[in-house]
Amino acid sequence: MAREERLGTKRLVVGAHYGTFDFIVQRVTAVIMIVYTLILFFGYLFTSDMDFNGWRNLFTFSVGALPLGQLLATLAFLSVCWHAWIGVRDIFMDYIRLPGLRLFMHSLAILWLVGTVVYFVKILWSI
Amino acid sequence: MSDPASKPRPQFRNLSIPEILFSYKLPPAAKTSILHRISGALLFLALPLVIVPLFGLSITSPATFDSISSWMANPLCKLVLLVLIWGYSHHFCAGIRYLTLDMHIGNSREASQRSGAAVLGIGLALTFVFGLKLFGVW
Repeated sequence: MAREERLGTKRLVVGAHYGTFDFIVQRVTAVIMIVYTLILFFGYLFTSDMDFNGWRNLFTFSVGALPLGQLLATLAFLSVCWHAWIGVRDIFMDYIRLPGLRLFMHSLAILWLVGTVVYFVKILWSI
Repeated sequence: MSDPASKPRPQFRNLSIPEILFSYKLPPAAKTSILHRISGALLFLALPLVIVPLFGLSITSPATFDSISSWMANPLCKLVLLVLIWGYSHHFCAGIRYLTLDMHIGNSREASQRSGAAVLGIGLALTFVFGLKLFGVW
């Protein structure tokens, strides 16, 4: 992936653009979460009986055989966790100077988030 | 020619946390920025500890759905939820502000300070509105 390109007339940018990719992922996942928040918000507004069934239907409605509610919730939750990974990684890179400790904390954060995804998916897809 | 060794060069070190908290007055956009980071870290920690378990209770069965209100009878649980409501509201609004700044909207010093202050206010206002719901006012 390493390649060279010029920004403007002077600045030579080299590298694999991992930072650019994470920058873009952080923004794309943010937009996905905003859209999903609006979907839930309007779903909540337009549900006439907001009891247990009305609430659960926001996450379990289906279109034909397609479990759209569960799919949307899962995609939104994956966005949350990818966004959270980039966010906490930035925090650790800013404040943790010791390479070993930073590696340890990065590993911990990944385990934390992957565990969270599995936990969420298990709950959502077993109802 | 002056001797470079005779005069100690001025040193500019990183600010310490007490200096930031007590000696400097952070402009609104800086407060919004650090609170964006703090609320994000908070939501990261709360995700598997509070948010997903609560979500599980709310969609598993009518009985677990009803058990949330008995949990919320505890003032400590109310406080935790209120802090998370603020965290989400603030992080959401500040995030939208960053997206607009990325699109070069409102990048002037005055506009960005205004939007920074607005985010602080809207985050607290949303917390107030949902807090009233949490405390059963509506």
